[in-house]
Amino acid sequence: MWRDALVVGGKDLRVELQSRVTTTQVAPYAILVLLLFGFAFDQDHAVLTKTAAGLFWVAVLLCSLLAVQRSYAIEAVDGARDGLRLSGLDPAGIFIGKAVAVAVQLVVLEVLLGLGVVILFGTKLHDPALLILSALCATVGLAAAGTVYGMIASGLRVRETLLPLLILPVVAPVLLGATQSWMAALGTSSTDGWKWLSLLGSFAVIYVAAGILSFSTLVEES
Amino acid sequence: MTAGTGNALTRALGAATIVAVAITAWLGLVVSPPDQTQGQLVRLLYIHPAAATACYVGFGLCALASLAYLWPRTRSRRWDRLAAASAEVGVVFCVITLVTGSIWGRGSWGVWWTWDARLTLTALLLAVFIGYLALRRTGGDPEPRAKRSAVVAVVCALLVPVDHEATTWWQTLHQGNTLFRPNPLIHGLQLWSMLLSFVAYGLLFTWLLIHRYRVEVLEDRFEEEGFAAAIAERRAEGSGPATAPAVAAADGPVMEVPASEGEKTP
Amino acid sequence: MDPVIRFRSAVALAGNFPVLAGVDLDVTRGEVVLVRGSNGAGKTSLLRACAGLLRVVAGEAEVLGSDLVRDQRAVRRRVGLLGHATALYDELSARDNIRFALRAAGAPVGAAGPAMEQLGLDGRLAGTRVASLSAGQRRRVALAILVARNPELWLLDEPHAGLDADYRDLLDGFIAGAARAGSTVLLASHEADRAGPLATTVVTVGGGVVTGVSAGPPAGPAGAGSAGAGSAGAGIEPEVAGHVA
Repeated sequence: MWRDALVVGGKDLRVELQSRVTTTQVAPYAILVLLLFGFAFDQDHAVLTKTAAGLFWVAVLLCSLLAVQRSYAIEAVDGARDGLRLSGLDPAGIFIGKAVAVAVQLVVLEVLLGLGVVILFGTKLHDPALLILSALCATVGLAAAGTVYGMIASGLRVRETLLPLLILPVVAPVLLGATQSWMAALGTSSTDGWKWLSLLGSFAVIYVAAGILSFSTLVEES
Repeated sequence: MTAGTGNALTRALGAATIVAVAITAWLGLVVSPPDQTQGQLVRLLYIHPAAATACYVGFGLCALASLAYLWPRTRSRRWDRLAAASAEVGVVFCVITLVTGSIWGRGSWGVWWTWDARLTLTALLLAVFIGYLALRRTGGDPEPRAKRSAVVAVVCALLVPVDHEATTWWQTLHQGNTLFRPNPLIHGLQLWSMLLSFVAYGLLFTWLLIHRYRVEVLEDRFEEEGFAAAIAERRAEGSGPATAPAVAAADGPVMEVPASEGEKTP
Repeated sequence: MDPVIRFRSAVALAGNFPVLAGVDLDVTRGEVVLVRGSNGAGKTSLLRACAGLLRVVAGEAEVLGSDLVRDQRAVRRRVGLLGHATALYDELSARDNIRFALRAAGAPVGAAGPAMEQLGLDGRLAGTRVASLSAGQRRRVALAILVARNPELWLLDEPHAGLDADYRDLLDGFIAGAARAGSTVLLASHEADRAGPLATTVVTVGGGVVTGVSAGPPAGPAGAGSAGAGSAGAGIEPEVAGHVA
């Protein structure tokens, strides 16, 4: 399983390196979203700083949708999906490989967005450990859930519209947990950020397990 | 070979349901007194909790049926149909729950929505199950579709405790949004009316579920009876692709297949 | 007499449609089988079923000793399918695609080099992104993957299409070589004159069933005519279809 994951993940990342879609399209999209938030909140600095955590995670969520769509779009061209089925790769390995590739891209985007938030919204740091840990947990959860639902939607003709409808309600707790953790880490709220971290952790564990167990069923789509 | 979905059982059930709902309505709207603190709003007590319970039962059934479907030893179309039917009925009651909850909030707090933990959780569940129903409508081949849907249902069900914790913690951060604490001191007529409402809604739920399940059975039978005919037509196709579109007309989801067969031309 | 493929009244579905409606087929090791039939007859479906890509819902279907009704997936790594779609990743180079396919199939990556050389893919084409390659070149890459993997069962769907004369000869060489080395080849093709001489057996498919099996290469252009007659026969007397084995 791990070897297969490495093969698939490596392939996905190599495709990304060659096509540079995440860096040239999704990243600018992310920054644009932040700018739009600025417009929507009418430059109100106090509001922006206070809501920075939430806005950051909404932006990440939107980017994750794109990353997942892209992850499956490369398989849709010219029957690559059949190729994956035929190769005899362990479906759980395919899941992990794809999810890790998505997670890596998300981390890159998060770093970029984080810089954007600091610059545009003027937030201050309070607890970097919590910040990083909760971001990692949230990212793993988002990537895992996105990969599962992306697989489910990938064979369908209505996938572009169905995927957000499937993913967003499901990752709502991630948004909640990540926002609360970050609000604690950025000092804008007095909540116990570590408690929310445990929530993010549970979500991540559930979805990674779900992906590993269900992917063999999902890959078969004759 | 019933052509409809009703039979003696459902007619009796339906009659009992109507009676129960009517009595509940009468008791709830006419006979029982308004509450000291909540006024007329308390009458929602006779709808909201029962509807909410029916909704959760529906979603719970869907998740359990999906699990039964995925488990190889108990796999059977029966579970897939039950999952579909209970999800739909659950959604209906979920909407009722949210609407009555919203009305209650409007009456108590003057706003149409409060971020009450349970209400928020229910709204999330509604979104999730609408997605589930949308997914059910897409696939052409029943077996992969059933498996996909079942996976979604089970995974979403696993999230319910997570969501519950999340929304509860969130609510404790923002004190004062707690809405629906039915007065624990309700007794007498109010209590009995509420209990009756549970019975009435339970009957209604069951009645709807049975009919909806039977509609699924009829749909399946329709597909199966087309299958033998499809095989015969397929064999007769040996004389050329001319007959292929005729088969497509017989069975809706088949539409895309002749196109892919046609792709074979170099 | 090593049975590689054994189908008995196999019914396979794509969606709800029975693309194979009761196939009887026996193929032994080392055979080169030409599968013929008009469009929509089920040639591609037969190949896909042998690769474990289609759901077999009735009858028996065994490939390389693996029961397809019970487990479609077990046979896949031992089988190589060269279909209409090339299953290549546009953004990667030819070399990266071949390497990925080999790693994915658990085959030694070292086999890529010789295969690429034989198919003229070393040199400039190796590093070119597949998106920039012509259709014929893409087919060569797909073929290189198959050659490098060297599976026990080769399933070729219209393999000559898109290749120029030189590479067609090369392909024929590969087919013959594979058979000599003990692999089995199933070849679906409209080009009877091209593929015919290679074949040890000719199977005609019509209406989702096997309508005729004959040994040896078909007799030239008459082969194409008899394919039409065979299929028309199946249309007139559907009960006969599927019994010839």
